[in-house]
Amino acid sequence: MKPLALTDEILLTIDKPARYLGNETHGVIKNKEEIAIRFCMCFPDVYEIGMSHLGIQILYDMFNRREDTWCERVYSPWVDLDKLMRQQKIPLFALESQDPVRDFDFLGITLQYEMCYTNVLQILDLAGIPLDASERTEADPIVIGGGPCAYNPEPLADFFDLFYIGEGETSYPALLDTYKAHREKGGSRQDFLFQAAQIPGIYVPSLYEVTYKEDGTIASFAPKNPQIPSVVQKQLVQDLNQVSYPTKPLIPFIKVTQDRVVLEIQRGCIRGCRFCQAGMIYRPTRERDAGQLMNYAREMLEATGHEEISLSSLSSSDYSQLPELVDFLIQTAGQECVNISLPSLRIDAFSLDVMSKVQDVKKTSLTFAPEAGTQRMRNVINKGLTEEDILSGAALAFAGGWNKVKLYFMLGLPTEEEEDIRGIPQLAEKIAKRYYEIPKEQRNGKCQITISTSFFVPKPFTPFQWAAMDTQESFLRKAHLVSQEMKEQLNRKSMKYNWHEADVSVLEGVFARGDRRLGAVLRKAYQKGCLYDSWSECFHAEWWQEAFAETGIDPAFYTSRPRSTEEILPWDFLDVGVSKNFLMEEWERSQQEQVTPNCRQSCQGCGAGKYRTGVCKLRKEDPSCENSN
Amino acid sequence: MKIRIKFRKDGIMKFIGHLDMMRYFQKALKRAQIPVCYTGGFSPHMIMSFASPLGVGLTSDGEYLDVEVESMVSCTEGVKRLNEVMPEGLEILSFRKIPEEKSQKAMSLVAAADYEVRFRLGKEPRLEPKESPLSLSEAFAGFLAQPQILVTKKSKKSQQELDIRPFIYKAQAEEDLIFLRLSAGSVTNIKPELVLEAFFQYLGQTMEPFSLLIHRRELYACPESTEKGDRLFVSLENLGSIF
Repeated sequence: MKPLALTDEILLTIDKPARYLGNETHGVIKNKEEIAIRFCMCFPDVYEIGMSHLGIQILYDMFNRREDTWCERVYSPWVDLDKLMRQQKIPLFALESQDPVRDFDFLGITLQYEMCYTNVLQILDLAGIPLDASERTEADPIVIGGGPCAYNPEPLADFFDLFYIGEGETSYPALLDTYKAHREKGGSRQDFLFQAAQIPGIYVPSLYEVTYKEDGTIASFAPKNPQIPSVVQKQLVQDLNQVSYPTKPLIPFIKVTQDRVVLEIQRGCIRGCRFCQAGMIYRPTRERDAGQLMNYAREMLEATGHEEISLSSLSSSDYSQLPELVDFLIQTAGQECVNISLPSLRIDAFSLDVMSKVQDVKKTSLTFAPEAGTQRMRNVINKGLTEEDILSGAALAFAGGWNKVKLYFMLGLPTEEEEDIRGIPQLAEKIAKRYYEIPKEQRNGKCQITISTSFFVPKPFTPFQWAAMDTQESFLRKAHLVSQEMKEQLNRKSMKYNWHEADVSVLEGVFARGDRRLGAVLRKAYQKGCLYDSWSECFHAEWWQEAFAETGIDPAFYTSRPRSTEEILPWDFLDVGVSKNFLMEEWERSQQEQVTPNCRQSCQGCGAGKYRTGVCKLRKEDPSCENSN
Repeated sequence: MKIRIKFRKDGIMKFIGHLDMMRYFQKALKRAQIPVCYTGGFSPHMIMSFASPLGVGLTSDGEYLDVEVESMVSCTEGVKRLNEVMPEGLEILSFRKIPEEKSQKAMSLVAAADYEVRFRLGKEPRLEPKESPLSLSEAFAGFLAQPQILVTKKSKKSQQELDIRPFIYKAQAEEDLIFLRLSAGSVTNIKPELVLEAFFQYLGQTMEPFSLLIHRRELYACPESTEKGDRLFVSLENLGSIF
């Protein structure tokens, strides 16, 4: 048995010791003497969340296929262990070898949501790595950030040596090769970062200089050296069928959020909802071949023994080979006693037919995401879903035996009026009416409609990146309005309303569109004890307020301030394919309540066409696509 | 057809709790392609049951689970296939056929368990008198010689005073090791910690947390008693047959 980093006494005191042991089936153990590069991959949240993330499984598998590299994992120690590690000065360790993270060549941290930023500082701190990248020495790992929040890396610029922008399959081999050559040749950390900055997709924040205007907006953003690119290109896999897939994923001992086989069927989304960052930054939409996915499904069920399989994509209904794939899964799953879960399906005759085959309609609820209460508002956000789509979908579902419906909405969308807010419970009422139109003897008791609202947070690289975000007071007033209006409805007894606290959303808004100056706030909040901010039981709004006050930073500058399209935005130096021009046009069209067709209906020349792959490949004769390049 | 699987759990796996072990075996049985039967319905689950949950932190050479299978694989094949999918710290020891009757389920059969108990370094009881202390074996013999050993057994709802002496079927200490055969199962389940706590109390001391290293050796059924009333214990493994 390998020596563990934690004693029996600690492991038997803390909650869920299995979070810290490694030893999971399909974990990779290598002989460290024979390894040139040690890479520690981190998801800065608790194990059960981190282990459910497909991206890390993909990179873990890809890195470990290299003979010269051993990739291990680390997750945020939960608050119980965090306390003990500080008291007893136990350095943060990687799960597989149980070796200190500080001894690694690389520490790669995935940035999936803004509310994990204090956990990033916890990871560095517990590892004994200086928080400030500028204070690190040759003995410290190179700290890399990646994932969706890396599309605006600026609030974290102080803490990272480099960021990887885009899909990991593309530039990591070059980065690791460069590192190996650098190590063999010898040279300083700075030399390596200088070389790395010239690899496509790699952004080294310390090599760029930002100046600010008197009003606080950015005056200039430029590399400090002419050899360093002024624009960093998002990396993207050209053909998903040509890259490796983790067909032997790690199988955790404890129940994690995603306790199932996950088949990634496509990347990107054709829809172009104007609030959705994923729908823009992962363009163009690219599919995996269904035949290959069927093989993966078979292999993965065999290799894991999982009892559930799930599809992963932003919008499964848009996957062109969905019927074949689903037929295959139903057949295989039936033989193997495996459950199928089908997220992100549009409710229509096809999906209801499929779902009735794989789920117990009496127990499950159907989810609709109208996102907004009125057609006008849905047009503003370009959610191509009409009221009739929703009502007829619901009617079909009710006829099929379902009686539980979940509805997801956002509050605080640009141009939102009181009528749009009242429209939310009114839409629920219309759905309820459809249910009670069914003759009583054919109904299955009362229907249950759950309305959930979240607060809209404008994100970089969306048409709403210039929008002013609502204030906390306004959010709560709007939530109250929904609740009041719901009580006015005839079928209010069939409805339930849930909403989230607004303070976390406001903070998310600050960091989503923040700049480098926020590093000071983050550090201050962390020093005050902020950690696990996405967990309501750990969130301390008052510590954050103090941190803003003490650093003299006004959060409203980043949230409720309207931005002009002239302004230099902190993330403008990244090229994600989708052009700023396109986003501006979409911002305009949203004000005019105009709907934009999806990528398959007609190419809008968003700029992603230059990647010449996926849905854009089919459209390459489209002249508008050429124009935008 | 029913199968009884015996396994060892030690090393790093001692930190994995009972419910997670069940989940682990569900997946491992599938990976090993053992044709386990499922219940019907929309969320079918494997027909399997464990003999007796092992607490977190304990190791064991005598863990059991019963499964119902659609078709047989041989005992050697069963052991081989399962060991191929076991992690470090889990080892399959036997794979045997058991009778079909419900009353033959491991869970309902368990009557006794063997344990080996050691003290963690620095957590041993202080043995008196100081000048020439008793050996552990002598002290423990004195403890067992008491007419009754009263302990307070706490459950979720209540606590009750109980004499555990009749439920200690066999006990003996040698050098630094204490061997215990204790009543186990659904009627009276005596944990080794309870016995050792009483031993410390007998010595006028309080047992600190994390003092013990407990290893379960075997689980037994008690199919019959002798004419004199002595129980005859048979390991759960030996109730199964090789095929």
